[in-house]
Amino acid sequence: MSTEQLHRIRLQVNGVAHEVEVPARRLLSDALRHDLGLTGTHVGCEHGVCGACTILVDGTPMRSCLMFAVSAADSELTTVEGLANADGTLGPVQQAFRECHGLQCGFCTPGFLTTITAGIKENPSPSEDEAREMIAGNLCRCTGYQNIVKAVCRAAELAATHSGEADQ
Amino acid sequence: MKPAPFDYVRPRTLDEAVQALAGRPEAKVLAGGQSLVPLLSMRLAAPSLLVDINALPDLDHVRVDETGVRIGALARHARVLADPEVRRVQPLVSLALANVAHPTIRNRGTTVGSLVHADAAAEMPMVLRLLEGSVDVAGPSGRRTIEAADLYVGPLESSLHHDEIAVEAFFPTLPARTGVAFEEISRRHGDYAMCGVAALVTLDGGGAVSRVRAGYLSASDVPAVVDLTEPLAGGITPASLEQAAAVALTQLDPETDIHATAAYRAHLVEVLTARVVTAAYQNASEHTHQSTQE
Amino acid sequence: MTTRMMGAKVARVEDDRFVRGHGRYVDDVAPDALHAAVLRSPHAHARIRSIDVDAVLDLDGVHAVWTYEDLAPLAPAMGEPLPLLIPHPTLTHGRTQYALAKDEVNYVGEAIAFVVADDRYLAEDALDRIVVEYDLLPAVVGIDAARAAERLVHEDVPGNVAARMEQANGDAAAAIAAAPHTLSLDLEIERSACMPLEGRGVAARWDTDNGRLQLWTSTQTSTGVRAAVAAKLGLDLMRVDVITPDVGGGFGVKINHPWPEELLVPLAARLLGRAVKFTEDRREHFISSAHERGQQHHVEVGFDDEGRLLGLDVRFWHDNGAYTPYGLIVPIITSTQLLGPYKPGAYHVQFDSLYTNTVIVTPYRGAGRPQGCFVMERTMDAIAAYLGKDRTEVRSINLIQPDEMPYEHGLTFQDGRELTYDSGDFPTMLTKIKELVGWDEFETFRAEMAAQGRRVGIGLAAYVEGTGVGPYEGAHITVETSGKVKVATGLTTQGQGHQTAFAQIVADELGVPFEDVEITTGDTRRMPYAVGTFASRAAVMSGSAIHLAAKKTKEKALRIAAEALEADVEDLEIVDGVVQVKGSPGSGIGLGTVAVLSNPLRYAFDEASKAATQFNVGDPTKPPVAAGEEPGLEGKDFYSPPRSTFASGMHAVIVETDPLTAEITILKYAVVHDCGHLINPMIVEGQIHGGVAQGVGGALYERMAYDEAGQLQNASFMDFLMPYVTEVPTSIDIDHLETPSPLNPLGIKGAGEAGVIPGSAAFAAAIEDAEGFPITAMPISPSQLFDLRAAHHA
Ligand SMILES: Cc1cc2nc3c(=O)[nH]c(=O)nc-3n(C[C@H](O)[C@H](O)[C@H](O)COP(=O)(O)OP(=O)(O)OC[C@H]3O[C@@H](n4cnc5c(N)ncnc54)[C@H](O)[C@@H]3O)c2cc1C
Ligand code: FES
Ligand code: FES
Repeated sequence: MSTEQLHRIRLQVNGVAHEVEVPARRLLSDALRHDLGLTGTHVGCEHGVCGACTILVDGTPMRSCLMFAVSAADSELTTVEGLANADGTLGPVQQAFRECHGLQCGFCTPGFLTTITAGIKENPSPSEDEAREMIAGNLCRCTGYQNIVKAVCRAAELAATHSGEADQ
Repeated sequence: MKPAPFDYVRPRTLDEAVQALAGRPEAKVLAGGQSLVPLLSMRLAAPSLLVDINALPDLDHVRVDETGVRIGALARHARVLADPEVRRVQPLVSLALANVAHPTIRNRGTTVGSLVHADAAAEMPMVLRLLEGSVDVAGPSGRRTIEAADLYVGPLESSLHHDEIAVEAFFPTLPARTGVAFEEISRRHGDYAMCGVAALVTLDGGGAVSRVRAGYLSASDVPAVVDLTEPLAGGITPASLEQAAAVALTQLDPETDIHATAAYRAHLVEVLTARVVTAAYQNASEHTHQSTQE
Repeated sequence: MTTRMMGAKVARVEDDRFVRGHGRYVDDVAPDALHAAVLRSPHAHARIRSIDVDAVLDLDGVHAVWTYEDLAPLAPAMGEPLPLLIPHPTLTHGRTQYALAKDEVNYVGEAIAFVVADDRYLAEDALDRIVVEYDLLPAVVGIDAARAAERLVHEDVPGNVAARMEQANGDAAAAIAAAPHTLSLDLEIERSACMPLEGRGVAARWDTDNGRLQLWTSTQTSTGVRAAVAAKLGLDLMRVDVITPDVGGGFGVKINHPWPEELLVPLAARLLGRAVKFTEDRREHFISSAHERGQQHHVEVGFDDEGRLLGLDVRFWHDNGAYTPYGLIVPIITSTQLLGPYKPGAYHVQFDSLYTNTVIVTPYRGAGRPQGCFVMERTMDAIAAYLGKDRTEVRSINLIQPDEMPYEHGLTFQDGRELTYDSGDFPTMLTKIKELVGWDEFETFRAEMAAQGRRVGIGLAAYVEGTGVGPYEGAHITVETSGKVKVATGLTTQGQGHQTAFAQIVADELGVPFEDVEITTGDTRRMPYAVGTFASRAAVMSGSAIHLAAKKTKEKALRIAAEALEADVEDLEIVDGVVQVKGSPGSGIGLGTVAVLSNPLRYAFDEASKAATQFNVGDPTKPPVAAGEEPGLEGKDFYSPPRSTFASGMHAVIVETDPLTAEITILKYAVVHDCGHLINPMIVEGQIHGGVAQGVGGALYERMAYDEAGQLQNASFMDFLMPYVTEVPTSIDIDHLETPSPLNPLGIKGAGEAGVIPGSAAFAAAIEDAEGFPITAMPISPSQLFDLRAAHHA
């Protein structure tokens, strides 16, 4: 093994705390994928443009390829693996993507799901234009985005019913 | 695309941070990382030490008073953009920030980081220069204020010393009877612009143009500001706007790259100068009108 | 009755996994693996004087470092160049690279050294320490430089010409000479690339206990990689298993094989006794995976007063990059599919496939068709402009009519078979696209917009796409004793929803619940005979094979059940997984039971299987497995069509061009599409959406910006401008036409590539219409449009 200095950090992901030892240069995306085995977060460019690696840091979407694991130690992280409902059923954004055929190869999907999860929290009933704006920083090479836009609107609907039910 | 190894500290006080930098000439500050991390991953930069300032206290602020907007080094673009007080006191900051990258990048990237990164294609350095703002920096010998006019010394080069940390940026409020506008043209939505222009137009009490300045991004190798008062003092007309653009171009140096030729960029300078100055003039007229009504 | 699945918009079964983050892509498997990295040439053309790896050897965490010299001793065939996959008689000067460069490099990105380390970070540290000395050679970049041939890419390839090929039907030169009108055009399309969001990747594990190699690779052909790996590593085919896990997009680039890493990784895994993985990063993808599209065309065309083509002569130059591993497939397709839905009169085409010191060129979605379509449609528009006719009129008069099907072009297609269209209704299609886009109302709209100082244009383009090329695909179906249906087909999946579409086919034919069907693709352990996923062939080829295999399975199930139920086969049907007497629900036995009965047992392992043991089944006077039968409820079949089936379509677009800034905005995009019968319309529409977006990218945003030295200046997502949602049309109007193919049992045609084909042609037409001067090169940026305006108004 190498002589590089390791940092022992605690990563809080999807409500679970993980202790890992990583070198300072370990990208957060790599730590999630390779140290924690949370391979749902994908890496499409490693320079911040594609958005496949987007996760929620304290509820806010950020590029995990543009953060170091050591810098994330104080935060609460949510990855695609943490988006299902507590009972294991698909969360509203996941469900909407399935219903609307919002994915093909699925590689970009985790980044869209996390981004939209935060997006519809901020704007619970987006118009189509607002839906487009919400996903404007994520690349998808397969779908041409048409169905992803639909999925955003559908997800908002599902989330509204879901929280409506939860209120009752 | 993985960074070369580096040492890492995450100081809890500004002094510690400055000392960490001072001890290592190859050290770099890590703020939002939205510009730095790609450079590290591509191994275009390989500092021996990263000083992560994200745990420093008291830098995560946006303070607004009637003199202007003060933005702490850890305030993210998104936070500044969302602040209604910022929009009220210095609308140009908000107008420009809406064009900085994508929301997800803005959630992490800092406005101060962008200012000291000193990219001539970036929005905020140009805006700081146009508004004649400043940046406060802390170094081993204490704090100093760098005026925007002195901040940008070359392509991607600011006048910060390597052991200085920018702690706060100051964007002064608009002078009375002044309007602003901003527009940029980029290849894709959210990309760095091929050309962008911001303008400040100040009117005198009678509603005539008294001062016009415009800022240009991606039109020279440093953030550029041009005074257009002279060509426009006689009024905003198609002819005077054309002349203003010509004046601007004498002080700019648009270059050819893979996205746009120098000629096209120069053309955009003309088109945007006309549009943005006109819009800023209208904005100024509205303000003036409103204030006379009040 | 079970509802029919074919043609239904069934939600995809694969999605549950994907949306939970439970997909398995190559980089997700073998978490214990060592990581590889590749040293790539920084120069476009150079001789390698020396390579010094000494500084790497003592690095902690580094397990292996190889250069060319190391390979042959490990496996003799590794000292040979990589295979030339598709030889052709006219490819007289085919060249392929070595897994690691031997003496010379011919493009920036060519593999020179290979390192295996504990992780990718350390592997890249190691690369930084390798010292290579080069003697620089002048680079040949771009078609002009290749044609000029003042410098050569390969010393022994005169004129940089890898191949020159010619085809003709009739005497085009004479027809043009005799024609009342003639035009000549020079047209150009630039380089682009597939750019799937997941790059290439390969992981391998040598299983010492079983003496087997297990390889996961992000490929479009598992069987191709398997054969290549076995041959190059000197292993028996039977010791090599290739598994294609989830693939994050392909679009063509992953059909080429074996990539150097597909050989080096398993070689290292075997040698080190450890799992080894290579995950290509984005920069590497730009400079070491394949590109496509770059072509220059010269067209001579002769036509009559009505615009009817009398003779068409096309001469073109195709940039094949530094090597030709994939043969001439792309230019052959261009040269034949250029004709689209039209009758060209006499036709002659000749092309040169040229070497340049750039990344190799292999098919990208559309595979040479976007260029051909661009050339033909530009020609149609030029004729219309010349004659002052409506552009759709000129097209209309040249269309092949439905009653002329099958239509023989008298040319040879990419599969070596005759270019014969099987079916299609182009006139109806033209009517539909005009309606959908509002062709006849456009002049009113143009006037309205002009009154507001806005400039708009409309364009349209048509294509025909040979899909479902051979040679074959197969399918193997097993009904388990649980009644679950396991289906394997050998080609791979990269987002097309095969697990869903193929299950629909099985559910219909076998009469089982859709949910009980599970499809496996691209796993050589399950189906070792297969070709791959390219040429919009998966639905046609594997779909048909699966249909045939399901039929066989059904026949067998009915035979066995007939005996058990003492009924006549003719009187039985399978509904919801139960074999029953027609129209008498409740009378039957489940397919699981049939599966039990199909396999005479000596040993019972559970209650159900007792029924199949020797004291329970069969006539004791006959052999337990009847002559001609096999144990198990299985069906296997292959589909091998005589030739391709031809899908078709027309796209129309309305654009606005900003009179000041030259920005180009899409106002409307319309698609009429004919891929025969649709298995799952939702999936087909998704394919069209994606294709259109790539078409937009190819027309308005994406290009490979090489400088003269052969450095790719935009090797990142920052500068290679793939469309975001903000760059694609806000809606895509789609209308389907279903002209079934007579060539396969389901009447289907491929749909994967179509959406991208007419993009550049349609946009060029619309921009030309808006601007009033010819658009002869694509893609086009606002900056270029601005330059063109300056040139035309000067
Ligand atoms: C996909 C993408 C698109 C983008 N598009 C745009 C765009 O259109 N317009 C635009 O303006 N920007 C764009 N950016 C850059 C973004 O705005 C960055 O956030 C910003 O430039 C830098 O801020 P940061 O906090 O991320 O700084 P970092 O990346 O952490 O640092 C940048 C540089 O500044 C130094 N630095 C940072 N903070 C300090 C400090 N307080 N004191 C001293 N030195 C410091 C660092 O050492 C480093 O050299 C884009 C980024 C990405 C990834
Ligand atoms: S991998 Fe992080 S943005 Fe592309
Ligand atoms: S589904 Fe493949 S990249 Fe989006």
